[in-house]
Amino acid sequence: MTWLVPLPALLPLAGAGLAVALSRRPRVQRLISVAVLFTVLVVSVALLVIADSRPLVVNVGGWAAPVGISLVADRLSALMLVISSAVTLCVLLYSLAQGLNDGDRETPVAIYHPTYLILVAGVSNAFLTGDLFNLYVGFEVLLVASYVLITMGGTAPRIRAGTIYVVVALLSSFIFLIAVGLVYSAVGTLNLAQLAQRLPEIDPGLRLVIQSLLLVAFAIKAAIFPLSAWLPDSYPTAPAPVTAVFAGLLTKVGIYAILRTQTLLFDDGRVDLVLMWAALATMLVGILGAVAQSDIKRLLSFTLVSHIGYMLFGIALSSRAGLSGAIFYVVHHITVQTSLFLVVGLIERRGGTTSLNRLGGLARLAPVLAVLFLIPAFSLSGIPPLSGFMGKVGLLQAGIADGSPLAYVLVVAGLVTSLLTLYVVVKAWNKAFWQPPLEEPRDIRMPRGMVGSAAALVALGLTITALAGPIYALTDRAAGDLLGQSRYINAVFPDGERGDGESIDTLEDP
Amino acid sequence: MSGAPDPILIVVIGVLAASGVYLLLERSLSRIAIGVIIMGNAVNLFILVVGGPPGEAPIVGETNPADMSDPLPQAMVLTAIVITLALTAFLLAMAYRSWQINEHDEVQDDLEDRRIARLAAISAGTASDGTDPITTLDEEAAETRDETEFFVEEHWLAGDEDDL
Repeated sequence: MTWLVPLPALLPLAGAGLAVALSRRPRVQRLISVAVLFTVLVVSVALLVIADSRPLVVNVGGWAAPVGISLVADRLSALMLVISSAVTLCVLLYSLAQGLNDGDRETPVAIYHPTYLILVAGVSNAFLTGDLFNLYVGFEVLLVASYVLITMGGTAPRIRAGTIYVVVALLSSFIFLIAVGLVYSAVGTLNLAQLAQRLPEIDPGLRLVIQSLLLVAFAIKAAIFPLSAWLPDSYPTAPAPVTAVFAGLLTKVGIYAILRTQTLLFDDGRVDLVLMWAALATMLVGILGAVAQSDIKRLLSFTLVSHIGYMLFGIALSSRAGLSGAIFYVVHHITVQTSLFLVVGLIERRGGTTSLNRLGGLARLAPVLAVLFLIPAFSLSGIPPLSGFMGKVGLLQAGIADGSPLAYVLVVAGLVTSLLTLYVVVKAWNKAFWQPPLEEPRDIRMPRGMVGSAAALVALGLTITALAGPIYALTDRAAGDLLGQSRYINAVFPDGERGDGESIDTLEDP
Repeated sequence: MSGAPDPILIVVIGVLAASGVYLLLERSLSRIAIGVIIMGNAVNLFILVVGGPPGEAPIVGETNPADMSDPLPQAMVLTAIVITLALTAFLLAMAYRSWQINEHDEVQDDLEDRRIARLAAISAGTASDGTDPITTLDEEAAETRDETEFFVEEHWLAGDEDDL
């Protein structure tokens, strides 16, 4: 069944090509995008089922790892794929409904669909790859697509936001590339499994330099304080579906990269203390920023930054429970944050603005929206029994089990952050839905497809809540794999030396 | 793998990286684009230099494997060059669009950020209220501009915008 592994990256790329070729036939284009993303979802679920028994490895082009590039679908990768493809499919349906209703202004089909598919391909590639340079390529693919999406339409605010986003992302790419060069010169390989074997043997100082460079590069992408300032500046101006998928997915790709490299390549835990402090600062600074905002999109962007801190906390604990909690939190947060932004898109549509000072009275006009906003908002702030509560409980338990004073500080900070999140989202809900409106909003019919796809995503969040037991069992096994390392390495090198496929040792050691 | 890399190349990498970083810190997008190009060259050269000593073309059957240079860094640099090229093109397009809209290509401040900071200052009583935040912002922006703005303005005043 290894032929399934490249499909999540390959299908969207092929679909993007087709979509460009058929740009004059929007209807076919739409059909292709939906069919491709639906297939990717099915493939990802199949991968998750298979990977739960054994990791699947593909040596691209038949060239054996470590010479060739390997794609690895283990439990973590497959789980990330499932959740990312489910979310991207919902967002695509949402933007389709928006496009059908408004015409091409917000999401011009000819550009939007190919770019969106390439974004999905980049994300899938980043999740699947077992090669550090290929991870860089995956990042670049998704970033380039995101540059186009964030400046879609080229209006003045989007160009302003896009400039900041592009320049910051370019900087992080350079740092990543320098780290890749250093890794290659230090150990002569870029295959993650072989790096796991070789990196512990090099000089600890050099290893720390490489680790820090990679961490800085990924931390910029994951928006970890103090490298997070770009995010609330750049995300809110993009079209609603674009902001939703960026907020849900792109930062989590950075988190995934940190998770992978911290456990597989650098398992000595030397920067865990720094990560703890970064997690603390990210949580508190992010949520305090959110308290000050009066625009609902910016407010949510700040809560996004803040909740990255929780996942980082789990990674910094580097215990099985901590990693398991972090993975569960990623799954929960992707779904909930994306659905919140989709609902905000609907609120903007109904109320005509995203400013909390001007919105009002929507509870009477759009009671469905009030519920759709409230469920993920409560989940985000950790109200039991929703998935956010489960994620936070897992992380806080792991923190208490760790027992160090700093872990206790973080547990307290986590609780404070979740309380402040509750304050922030309830404030937003009150202002948007309950305060008397300044002016009576226009009477607009909400397109059923938009409400439906947002509701589907909210329902997915509820499903995660209902299935929290099995999902936690799965993330626990995934965390065990990450700590064990050998499962990953043995899968890539079945005979301990090389992967399946063609490669010869032409160079005899003198 | 023997022999230290050429010190001249290392100095070149250092100079390129320093100028790249300096230009990346500018406010004008066209300077940032130049910074990106220079920085990209610095990183690519860096990968080539640290990727092993130079050697013959790595073709099996043509070259003695002991004399080969390592092909992998070359492949990586090629990929990186292509990516940098595409991004430079995108940056330039964005700079041009920014110039179309704003008549300059500078990275602008986030007004919403400023507005919220001003609200906080007013409620703390440290800012004199009653001032129109927009005028103040324009004044502040005027102070932070560099000479590129005057260049553009002169051209606009001279009426030769068609030449630009």
